[in-house]
Amino acid sequence: MSRAIEFVFRRRGGKGWHWTDIVTWVWLIVGLFVMFGPAVWLTASSFKSPAALAEFPPTILPYVTQKVTVEGYDKPLDLYTATLEDGSTATLAEVRRIGTVSQMVYPEKPAEIVKVNIAKRTPVRQMSFATENYTEPFTHFDFVRYLWNSVFVTVTATLITLVVNSMAAFALSKYEFRGRTFAMLLILATLMVPLSVIMVPLYSIVSALGLFNNLWGVILPTVATPTGVFILRQYMLTIPDELLDAARMDKASEWQIYWRIILPLTAPALAVLAIFSVVWRWNDFLWPLIVLSRKELYTLQVGLSIYSGELNVQWHFILAMTVVTMIPVVLVFLFLQRFITTGIAGTGLK
Amino acid sequence: MAEISRQTSQNRTGQSLGEIAMVPVRLAMGVIDAPLRWVQKKFGLGGMAVFFLLPNMLIFGIFVLLPFFINFAYSMTGGTALFLSDRTFVGADQYSRLFDCSNYANPNTCAEDTFWTAVGNTGWFVILQVTLMIAVSLITALILNRDLMARSFWRAVFFFPVLLSPVVVGLIWKWILQRQGLLNFGLFGFGFDPHVWLNDRNWAFAATVGVSIWAHMGFYTLIILAGLQAIPKDLYEAAEMDGTRAMRVFSRITLPLLMPNLLVVIVLVLIRAVQIFDEVYVLTGGGPGTSTLFVTQYIYETGFAAQLRNPGLAAAASILMGLVLVVLTLVQLGLSRSRDKKGARK
Repeated sequence: MSRAIEFVFRRRGGKGWHWTDIVTWVWLIVGLFVMFGPAVWLTASSFKSPAALAEFPPTILPYVTQKVTVEGYDKPLDLYTATLEDGSTATLAEVRRIGTVSQMVYPEKPAEIVKVNIAKRTPVRQMSFATENYTEPFTHFDFVRYLWNSVFVTVTATLITLVVNSMAAFALSKYEFRGRTFAMLLILATLMVPLSVIMVPLYSIVSALGLFNNLWGVILPTVATPTGVFILRQYMLTIPDELLDAARMDKASEWQIYWRIILPLTAPALAVLAIFSVVWRWNDFLWPLIVLSRKELYTLQVGLSIYSGELNVQWHFILAMTVVTMIPVVLVFLFLQRFITTGIAGTGLK
Repeated sequence: MAEISRQTSQNRTGQSLGEIAMVPVRLAMGVIDAPLRWVQKKFGLGGMAVFFLLPNMLIFGIFVLLPFFINFAYSMTGGTALFLSDRTFVGADQYSRLFDCSNYANPNTCAEDTFWTAVGNTGWFVILQVTLMIAVSLITALILNRDLMARSFWRAVFFFPVLLSPVVVGLIWKWILQRQGLLNFGLFGFGFDPHVWLNDRNWAFAATVGVSIWAHMGFYTLIILAGLQAIPKDLYEAAEMDGTRAMRVFSRITLPLLMPNLLVVIVLVLIRAVQIFDEVYVLTGGGPGTSTLFVTQYIYETGFAAQLRNPGLAAAASILMGLVLVVLTLVQLGLSRSRDKKGARK
């Protein structure tokens, strides 16, 4: 054991601890809790019943008061451990509470009422995962609809993004034509025009095209990403032109060159763009909020924000739905995090 | 060895499944090819270039450039009508309404008091958020750049919230800051009474700053880290040999060499901070009162959500914000160009 500790705390090169080492590890450990803690707390809370959610101080794991069905009573009664007048303890079911006195019965002898001060009883608790938080939104609410809308928008937008951006990147990297620099500058300029600046006129254009309250109205304005064109163009520039010339000798058409040669060779960059696009489109909020006003068209993000903004927030459902919304992104994080981090470090774009 | 053979067999099944899925795609591509050969014959390679560029440029044109130019026209019109052709020309009225103030420091004296409140809030938000964001990201990057055990794990820890959607981020923190939340639970352990943080003007504002830093610091940490890793290691070795103190190494080697990168990051953070909306909208909804109302939310509410929509006014406000962003983006482009030039010289 002591050797294990020694191993953990040993510094490379056998040097002692410097103040910067202490700062480093304090920062990292605190960071671990601050970064993961909130999401873990949310996930743990999502398994609690509404009653457990209203408790303060809260428990970390979901506990509920154990209930028991007693003869002569319609509803199941709460079970308590009570200290009786003679100092002994017993497990009793509460029938009703009047002021500070609780009227209780033995579950096996329902006729006899025992009066106990409420300070002398503690609920019998057991761990219970409220999975109905997850199942009920699927059956009672439009949750499946929202999920489907989000998946549809994400998948369609990503596919179109990949095709449209790679075609543009191909033209900009492998052809010499008049206005190429102009086209590049134009795409560069669109980086300066974020949604928040053009949302009012964009809304009128989308409406004029009949795309208001239509998922395509969410998809189309987002697909021609300048970032995507840049990532793909940089990558295609590294593909040697001789390859294209050889294919042209063999009577390949330009479309075939794009489709059979360029696209397969650009696969790594396409993969990075696909990951980015999935995360962007899954997380999009402001634009869907503007375009979609009919309930059955909401994406998950819009649905969640609308429900959580209601006066009587049903937190137990909101929390569970938030966890479901997090799942794809957490999967991307677990399996594809490396691609994304190298992509960001390489291009500085998100 | 067994590992490798399993992988290849997996690849093979993956490939054959992929082949089956690709059959219709291949057919479609073949069908497209015939007319395109004709286009190629008729218009040459230049024609094909236009063909490849067209879809992207069309979407850009319709959904980015066109709205960008119409926006100016919008800001010159009044009324509640949606389409430009139905709107009445009012000249610079919307702008003069936005700037109609007897004292710019006090939003209550303005005709559009919410706009100036939003501008003031955004200003404070930008100052606080950018400073803290840079500080936190820089410290984290410096720490991750050290000789650490399981470095990629720690890098992932700080990157995790970056991928979460703004709505999820807002809800996570709304849940933590509410009365029965984790924060009150923690403070309760130290004997504090529960507090409804988001109902308190100052705490709600602080929460928007903190939450946006929590959500995005991982992204900037990565960029700064890439900059740190580009600093030649021999400089540090030389400093170590001279027995230079850590703080001095930082101020004399790390900071000057990181500066070009850091400037680019600062402008990036600025550009994003000016547009802050999503997380805050879910977290506080701009409240309590107007204490966390920012410019993007003002534009959204004036243009879409308010009882009396005023698209012209929203357009004018968005053009003002656009001006700020264009200046910031030009600064950023200039900075990253000079950074790249310096890198090339080295």
